[in-house]
Amino acid sequence: MDMNTLQKDPYNIIITGVGGQGNVTASRMLAGMLVGRGYSVTIGETFGASQRGGSVMSHMRISSHGAWSPQIPKGKVDLVVSLEPSETIKVLSGYGNPETQSLSNDRPIYPVRVIAGDDKYPSMDEIRATIENLTARSFMISATEEALKLGNPIYQNVIMIGAVGGMDLLPVSIDDFREVIGRGMPEDKAAVNVKAYEIGEALVRN
Amino acid sequence: MSNLLDTNEGAHYLYMGNDAIVRGALEGGVSVAAGYPGTPSSEIIEQLARISDRRSLYVEWATNEKIATEIAAAASFAGLRSICTMKQNGVHVASDFLLHLTGTGVRGGMVVVVCEDPGALSSQNEADARYFAKMLEVPLLEPGDFQEAKDMMKWALELSEELKTFVIFRSVTRMSHASGNVVIGELPENEPRAYFQYKGPLLDFLTGPMVTGPGVVAYARTVQQGRLKRAVSLFEQSRFNIYAGPERPELLIITSSACYLYSKEAIHTLNLGDRVGLLKLGTTWPLPEGLVRKHLAAAQKVLVVEEPQDFMEENIKILAADAAGEVGVKTFYGKKSGHVPTSGELNPDIIMNTLKGILGIQYEPVPQEYATKAFQSMFKSPGRELTFCPGCPHRASFLSLHNALALDNRDGFVCGDVGCYGIGVLPAGFSTVKTNFSMGSGLGLATGFGKLTKFGMNQPVVAVCGDSTFFHAVMPALVDAVHHQSDVTLVVLDNSGTAMTGFQPHPGLAVDAMGETAPSIDIEAVCRAIGADVASSDPFDVERTEKTLLGMLKKKGAKVVILRQICALSPEKRGKKKYQMSVREDVCIGENCGCNRMCTRILRCPGIYWDTARKVSRIDEVICAGCGVCASVCPSGAIQKAEVA
Repeated sequence: MDMNTLQKDPYNIIITGVGGQGNVTASRMLAGMLVGRGYSVTIGETFGASQRGGSVMSHMRISSHGAWSPQIPKGKVDLVVSLEPSETIKVLSGYGNPETQSLSNDRPIYPVRVIAGDDKYPSMDEIRATIENLTARSFMISATEEALKLGNPIYQNVIMIGAVGGMDLLPVSIDDFREVIGRGMPEDKAAVNVKAYEIGEALVRN
Repeated sequence: MSNLLDTNEGAHYLYMGNDAIVRGALEGGVSVAAGYPGTPSSEIIEQLARISDRRSLYVEWATNEKIATEIAAAASFAGLRSICTMKQNGVHVASDFLLHLTGTGVRGGMVVVVCEDPGALSSQNEADARYFAKMLEVPLLEPGDFQEAKDMMKWALELSEELKTFVIFRSVTRMSHASGNVVIGELPENEPRAYFQYKGPLLDFLTGPMVTGPGVVAYARTVQQGRLKRAVSLFEQSRFNIYAGPERPELLIITSSACYLYSKEAIHTLNLGDRVGLLKLGTTWPLPEGLVRKHLAAAQKVLVVEEPQDFMEENIKILAADAAGEVGVKTFYGKKSGHVPTSGELNPDIIMNTLKGILGIQYEPVPQEYATKAFQSMFKSPGRELTFCPGCPHRASFLSLHNALALDNRDGFVCGDVGCYGIGVLPAGFSTVKTNFSMGSGLGLATGFGKLTKFGMNQPVVAVCGDSTFFHAVMPALVDAVHHQSDVTLVVLDNSGTAMTGFQPHPGLAVDAMGETAPSIDIEAVCRAIGADVASSDPFDVERTEKTLLGMLKKKGAKVVILRQICALSPEKRGKKKYQMSVREDVCIGENCGCNRMCTRILRCPGIYWDTARKVSRIDEVICAGCGVCASVCPSGAIQKAEVA
């Protein structure tokens, strides 16, 4: 991976999931790594009522030339990072194109209408097939399961970011992550996060 | 974020728009800041409060937006620079005071920061507060990116002080809650002294009393209009008004705010840089007339891109009509012509469609084959209806309200209010909420309904409000209800903070915005002092809560039930389970139980789901917050709770 150039400018990422999963934290971590490398990053997000159990998205634009629209145009996403499997499909169907790649966490969060029995959640096979049909390359990893092995589901987002690093699409490395995580955290806590990043990286490389 | 106080001038950081506004206010020498929480404005006061001790600031979460504005104005009268912050509808609350403030003007720079929410992503309206600038005759500034958000905020404070009028600084969700790189400037040494001079003559607003009244209004308005004229001449030269494009564009786009970034993106994506000109205005009221005239003269077709209403479009058309002799007759495109949507949020795709229509060009973002399969795939992902968080006390409160109203059996209903509990209108809140308007309107409406008994209305009426909303606007309604003996039950959903916007403290808590100990105002004591019949309960005690509510519904007069339980997302509760929940599969009778899946079909908590293969309910360990409420709805006792040590 060439650590000094972007594959495209702007390079467009959508991080998606369900309100409460930590979309914002994930986008901040990744953005922090890229800003540390000297890139301009624009992120578009929504907070507040729209987060309560709803689908959420962070639109991220990475560029060498300043601010872009905080909303990515339709069909222009390069990478979809989804903290919830079925949400990957929603984003791909609006913003994907034949070259789009995706990374999904395989742990479903059932919408309340599914819980109540008023709606159906697709099978994992159907989700996988749909994602593959809409992407040039896709990964589905067990980020939540791996996080639970580390003792807390909150590490799932770091595992996902590690996996993004492992996909070799962006000019970032684990050292950039170490720097970002080290800024606001005691050493022992940062170490678990670095471990989570490594796990994510390994999940897509193996 | 500690880098908000970085003195390393020229360093660049990724700032959320609201952080950029904070940094700009600090660079502009702000001393006092007050606001009322509201998405997307809340982080401005939060961040300023967090650093208040290191910058010698006074920062408060005011009881409501009008008071926030008054706090900021007092600082300005005493010679300090100040800001007040609010979301779009907050301006309507503050406007009575602001209307009068244009009568005196200000002394220290004072900026009213309004963060709007086009598309109502987290609002019950998409009000366009820019009209206040025109109505009140004050300058309006709108940043077009993150760097500008910082630079313009600093300038807004300077401009206000120079012109001696408050200035409206308007942001939107896609600016306030978006993030981008910002190069920071110098932080001034800031040790101002506050002193209110009033010994000068009447009508000398720099040294005399700050008063307006009969006989002086016409004079005061003339003075204010003079300030606006000076604003126009400053705006003509402003670096926040930028043009990019050919000298004589085929189409001129005039835009502001986040729409600038959308328009820029649309021009880039459609590769129209040599055909379309883009005039981005940062000073949108009063308009920089000379500059706009100059650009109008260079193009025959003009498109105005803005959200949510056609504020600029109308003002530019008036300007173009006045200058028709000089600039010629223009063809305008925008909301009036139907080329730009008149409601909802805009985005680059909408602008691209507009440009395609006007210029007759073709553009498809993806090949047709991909578009077709993308469209077909869309429905494979189930929709997500809004719901209360796992462990949210509101789910339990609404369950008891629903049950009490059903047992009472007189078609009772709930008047909702502004907060997460607005979700009470959806199945997540058992569809109990039947009206929902502005802050405090729940009890106001309920009080009105409660007086309709003389017209034969026998339906019990309940109003709900949160603890912060109680102080903001519910107290006057409670006075009204008690004084007029309205038959109404107010349920205060007290979750110990302004939860939806991120746990800002309010007067009911023993802490203020800056983290200092503050006298807390006891909601229960206030309600009793006003004269209401008051009871309280823990909503997680479903049985007792239901009984308390049912008892109150049957009583006459104004009653208050306080349901107290801390928000599941609050910093002190988050990630800590009170109970470890489990389902005993040998006890759950599944679909043979007469309850018909009470736990999942009715309760609809994200933490418990129906295992379709095993035909029993199951707890999702990752999602469950351990509140224990589901155990109280299971008639067979299959859902077990074990206290976590």
